[in-house]
Amino acid sequence: MMASSYNAKEEDGHHSVSAASGPSAGPSAKSKKPDNTAFKQQRLPAWQPILTAGTVLPAFFIIGLIFIPIGIGLFVTSNNIREFEVDYTGVDASSPCFTCSQTYSWNSSIPCKCAVSFSLEQPFESNVFMYYGLSNFYQNHRRYVKSRDDSQLNGDKASLRNPSKECEPYRSHDNKPIAPCGAIANSLFNDTLELFYIDPNGTRTQIPLVKKGIAWWTDKHVKFRNPGGNNFNLTVVFQGTTKPVNWRKYVYELDTDPENNGFVNEDFIVWMRTAALPTFRKLYRIIQKKSNMTPTLPRGNYTLDVTYNYPVRSFEGRKRMILSTISWMGGKNPFLGIAYITVGSVCFFLGVVLLIIHHKYGNRNNSADIPN
Amino acid sequence: MECTADTVALLWMGRQLPLSPGHFTVSCFYYTIWNFIPKNLFEQFRRIANFYFLIIFLVQLMIDTPTSPVTSGLPLFFVITVTAIKQGYEDWLRHKADNEVNGAPVFVVRSGSLVQTRSKNVRVGDIVRVAKDETFPADLVLLSSDRAEGTCHITTASLDGETNLKTHFAVPETAVSQTVSKLESLQAVVECQQPEADLYRFVGRITVSLQGEEIVRPLGPENLLLRGARLKNTKEIFGVAVYTGMESKMALNYKCKSQKRSAVEKSMNTFLIIYLGILLLEAVLSTILKYAWQSERKWDEPFYNEKTEQEKNSSKILQFISDFLAFLVLYNFIIPISLYVTVEMQKFLGSFFIGWDLDLYHVESDQKAQVNTSDLNEELGQVEYVFTDKTGTLTENEMQFRECSINGVKFQEINGKLVPEGVTDDSPDGYMPHLVRVLLHQTLSAISIYTNTGEEELFLKAVSLCHTVQINYDQTDGPRDTFLQANGVSDPVEYYASSPDEKALVEATRRMGVTFVGNNGENMEIKTFGRSEKYKLLHVLEFDANRRRMSVILQTPSGEKVLFTKGAESSIFPHARSGEVDKTRVHVDEFALKGLRTLVVACRRFSAGEYEEVDRRLHEARTALQQREERLAEVFSFIERDLELLGATGVEDRLQEKVQETIEALRLAGIKVWVLTGDKHETAVSVSLSCGHFHRTMNILELVQQKSDSECAEQLRRLARRIREDHVIQHGLVVDGTSLSLALRQHERLFMEVCRSCSAVLCCRMAPLQKAKVVRLIKTSPEKPITLAIGDGANDVSMIQEANVGIGIMGKEGRQAVRNSDYAIARFKFLAKLLLVHGHFYYIRIATLVQYFFYKNVCFITPQFLYQFFCLFSQQTLYDSVYLTLYNICFTSLPVLVYSLFEQLVHPHVLQSKPALYRDISKNALLSFKPFLYWTLQGFSHAFVFFFGSYILMGEDTSLMGNGQMFGNWTFGTLVFTVMVITVTLKLALETHYWTWMNHFVTWGSIAFYFIFSLFYGGIIWPFLHTQDMYFVFVQLLSSGSAWFAIIIVVVTCLFPDVVKKVLYRHLRPTSTQKSQVIEAYPGTSCLDSACCFSEGKSGFAWLGRLVERTMSRCDLARVTSLYVIFYTSEQHLFIPSVGTPPNPTPFLVLSAVRNSSMQW
Repeated sequence: MMASSYNAKEEDGHHSVSAASGPSAGPSAKSKKPDNTAFKQQRLPAWQPILTAGTVLPAFFIIGLIFIPIGIGLFVTSNNIREFEVDYTGVDASSPCFTCSQTYSWNSSIPCKCAVSFSLEQPFESNVFMYYGLSNFYQNHRRYVKSRDDSQLNGDKASLRNPSKECEPYRSHDNKPIAPCGAIANSLFNDTLELFYIDPNGTRTQIPLVKKGIAWWTDKHVKFRNPGGNNFNLTVVFQGTTKPVNWRKYVYELDTDPENNGFVNEDFIVWMRTAALPTFRKLYRIIQKKSNMTPTLPRGNYTLDVTYNYPVRSFEGRKRMILSTISWMGGKNPFLGIAYITVGSVCFFLGVVLLIIHHKYGNRNNSADIPN
Repeated sequence: MECTADTVALLWMGRQLPLSPGHFTVSCFYYTIWNFIPKNLFEQFRRIANFYFLIIFLVQLMIDTPTSPVTSGLPLFFVITVTAIKQGYEDWLRHKADNEVNGAPVFVVRSGSLVQTRSKNVRVGDIVRVAKDETFPADLVLLSSDRAEGTCHITTASLDGETNLKTHFAVPETAVSQTVSKLESLQAVVECQQPEADLYRFVGRITVSLQGEEIVRPLGPENLLLRGARLKNTKEIFGVAVYTGMESKMALNYKCKSQKRSAVEKSMNTFLIIYLGILLLEAVLSTILKYAWQSERKWDEPFYNEKTEQEKNSSKILQFISDFLAFLVLYNFIIPISLYVTVEMQKFLGSFFIGWDLDLYHVESDQKAQVNTSDLNEELGQVEYVFTDKTGTLTENEMQFRECSINGVKFQEINGKLVPEGVTDDSPDGYMPHLVRVLLHQTLSAISIYTNTGEEELFLKAVSLCHTVQINYDQTDGPRDTFLQANGVSDPVEYYASSPDEKALVEATRRMGVTFVGNNGENMEIKTFGRSEKYKLLHVLEFDANRRRMSVILQTPSGEKVLFTKGAESSIFPHARSGEVDKTRVHVDEFALKGLRTLVVACRRFSAGEYEEVDRRLHEARTALQQREERLAEVFSFIERDLELLGATGVEDRLQEKVQETIEALRLAGIKVWVLTGDKHETAVSVSLSCGHFHRTMNILELVQQKSDSECAEQLRRLARRIREDHVIQHGLVVDGTSLSLALRQHERLFMEVCRSCSAVLCCRMAPLQKAKVVRLIKTSPEKPITLAIGDGANDVSMIQEANVGIGIMGKEGRQAVRNSDYAIARFKFLAKLLLVHGHFYYIRIATLVQYFFYKNVCFITPQFLYQFFCLFSQQTLYDSVYLTLYNICFTSLPVLVYSLFEQLVHPHVLQSKPALYRDISKNALLSFKPFLYWTLQGFSHAFVFFFGSYILMGEDTSLMGNGQMFGNWTFGTLVFTVMVITVTLKLALETHYWTWMNHFVTWGSIAFYFIFSLFYGGIIWPFLHTQDMYFVFVQLLSSGSAWFAIIIVVVTCLFPDVVKKVLYRHLRPTSTQKSQVIEAYPGTSCLDSACCFSEGKSGFAWLGRLVERTMSRCDLARVTSLYVIFYTSEQHLFIPSVGTPPNPTPFLVLSAVRNSSMQW
């Protein structure tokens, strides 16, 4: 919608030259005469938009008119998403996980357990996604980000025995190569979270948590592969390697399901995708909606049973559990809606301002006062 | 005596030159195949930016840096390769041209016979045979030709472009050796000066041993046949090679001209330094902050992220330095690596448009504009002062003889006859029938010539003898035939002269009955009214710019020795002893007032004794090896005195077409035009008036004929006062050479002050070096204005080289000016288009290019800097290495290059018809500090929007995907990068005003390429990469609806303020350029053709319907464009009601429908 003029410029000016010279000056052998082509004469047909109030006005109004509804839609969508967050770090002495957070050591063989209870004010209707969140955890530190060996994780046998130098200092232990090597793998989040619904009558029902589908499909099926191809006996495959220093079990003991064991364990894959910022969430489990009648998570009281393994006190970290429903645009994120509404309104407002300017000064923008 | 060619020993300034058997190929070019790579690399790394990137690259190789060495190595390699290809190509062209010369077969006299060899094998001292129409393979001293007198004709067109035939001579002693056998018995020593580049200077001597007697002869330029020149009109010659290969004058002239740097390049370097400052600041800040964070162990080394042993053990200082260097590497892309290469490509490719321009093509001479250096294209848009030569630049340099003054009587040429002035004036033309009038004139002229044989005939003879004109013998091949032919009613033979004045004079005397028939070396033959006379040519005292006269000494048929001299009146009158000096002086002034070029002719008769002395002193001076020029000048002034004044000639030099319009246009463009000429005061002023340089209304101030310093200062002060008192009226200043040198010596500031307040300045009687001095004076004045010098002759070369931009006119005075110029055009009038259109375009293009480059690199690297605040300053990159590498060389390179080649802010016709638009870009307006700051801040703010937009979107740490899965750091970086590529490309699209299909192609193509590339790059597990960070990251990003919405909102947010700013400025403070864009878009206010036109009074949809109808049918462009007028005026009426009811797009739809139909036109 811009004022434009398609000047077919071949038409203007130059025909006199070519006409005058006629056939004699045409392709005569030695003439240095430049070709009269639109390209060489810089007369290529061109669209020449001019940004005047008159021409951008429609654009402004259109942007305004499109953005505001979009913004409202996004905002409403975001607002319809239920989200609940509980911090179970155990910083305060009053919090149930305080003891666990204090007495923690990597080597303790007895896992520390604690239970956090909470209540949902509103029911969660559709599928619920369960995340764990960490704060002050710099997964984006350069030393950390590069401390991995993608070819090892892709099932390369040579890299399994001889991991990349980038994995240092988590490359080998006791003269055995570490599988999976590197700082990322070594610091795998190993808390276990379980969710129980407390009936009004006091019975605890465990809510089934699905651990399939939390990692990117391509990661699970292409990028991460166990060595040895279809050999499901991972114990044999990983023979000669050792577990990461901080791990309690070997990589082939992560899960009993062979589809979710070793390098293709989804919890592991999710962790290996390093977060962009120091406060981040990672998808932990999915709570599938059972039937159309009952909500996935009805309102009421719940308990979160935590097997507290992961220490965050040393770097003032926080651990959270988040329950969230998801729309087509993802989780709760009012930002987009607000941004669209704001930009749309500003556009519309400026459109009005420009209209006034256009009306008032439009005539001034004439050729009359160009000094010549 | 068995003496072969080898016995012609060669001495350089007395030193015997050992004849080395080596090759002397000309390596006028820079590179050979073997040294190309090292030498070219060395040359390129001397450039500060390239060197900087080399250092960065080496740092990356040495220490552990966040990005792989490839990220800076590959762009550097790309840049270096492109530049090397360009330079290699240019060099290859030179090689090709040279191989033709070097490989050409040559005949050399060796051991008694002619041996064929290649020209590169010719050695100093070889005797070479050259046949007709061949070029000389080396600089040769002419030994003999097939003519008995030992002369030959050559043309030096390939050296200096002078197409006239020049006669070169052999010394008489060697001229007889016309065969190989005779040459064998020749014994001679040639001594010559060290090689030098000046084509017109050669000093040497030859000692010939003849029967035991040694004869010394001087050698000058007239004995030297230059390599590259061509033999004409002569069957064959023999010559001895004195300078070969690299030492030949042609090769020495290949040297690179001094580099001129444009104002844009200077500001570019300033910007680079500022950015280097920003870079260092960011790196230092990051390093400090990193150490502030690291002081706590929980951040430095948390349990999940321990250091390696090596890192723990390395020294703190080394660690610190390497951290700083790592940050430097991380941010190094803020210096746009491809800026130089893009600028170079833009200049190289863009300069073709000048040569291709039909408007700069001169049909008559078949000359198109020529670009000798593409480095200064944009400088053409910055010119503030134009210094122009007069003769040949403002004028045609096509001389027509008009009037003369003979012995105090003024004559006019009418119908080829000389008519005394009084007679024609008295005869009232109207009363006489045409035939009678012609008859009367003929009788009158017959009477006047035949009765007054004395002075007039002498005058005519003097004019027809005193010159260096050649006759073209091409059709007859040999002078004798011409002599025979000349006895009958001869065809007009064609004269060749290096000076058009001489040609005009000789042609004029032929019309009047005194015909110059030929010059066979020793004799000059003229026919006076059918009577043939032979004059023996004894000496030629050549013209030079200091003496401003030339002379010949002849022996008349009666045996008398006579000197004829002609020259500028100021150089003849002081030496005139007899003749009608006063009357002639009056006549000369009158001629000058009419704008004629004047020459004064005089003669001197020698007694036998006098001549002997003259002859002896001339010989001495000419054979002198030291200070020959000074001694010659001394002898010349000894000879050219006690002159008998014969008369004066007035030759008209027509003004070139459209000079007046051009000067007027330049003035409107805010350019001051100075005319610098060697002509005399009156001539210069009258030409100045006629070409519009001076107006009749101007108050002409004069600073002429100042004799002393104090007088000059006094006059200057007086002038300054007059200007102050009278500042309403325009002033013009006339200065002459002598006064100028006085003014420049002591009162430079005062003089500058006067000059600057004058709208036109005319400097007359200028020596070539003075011209250059004036240019330098202005160029180095405090404002440092951009100067342009334009001229056509050798005397303008110094000025052309001195000025910021030198322009040569391809005129009649040879090609020296063209060879030394930066641009060459055929006519002065082309200057208007060159500056107003091409200069304007190039400036806008390159200025935007430079600003945009800095902008896009700020956008590129600032998010990376911001990211450090969120990753503990660990130097983690935000973008993947491949993106870092390709951003500048693939994703954002082409749109700006195409923009900078094709952008036209305003239509060329508008630019040319409204020269005032030139002022919009004067003083480097687009690259001054304010626009630079604007672009830089815009870059930073866009970068903030990219980064924090993405941060808020993802930093809320919610999922962005419909399946609840999470993104990682690489997705975050890719989102920022995607938004950036789109915004940066669209930002340029906003700047583009001229959308050709190529702009569309590269703009949308770049974005599309980015997407396609990313899909491809992320779609494969790359076997040779050790990380697969980007695997499917891009696809996952695009599968998120939120990401799409985020991309749109961020791009709109970035560009939206810019659009608003542009619109507001256009309406509230429009520049002339912007105003004229509107005219151009809606051209014409009157309807051109009633069939497709409507009066504006008609309104409503009735006319719209008809409009559409007629647009579809046969309406030509003029009609269609005139429709826009109606659209534009009617748009307001249509638009206002649509505001109240927003969804009312009907008028727009109709309008755009009509527009579309006209687009297809």
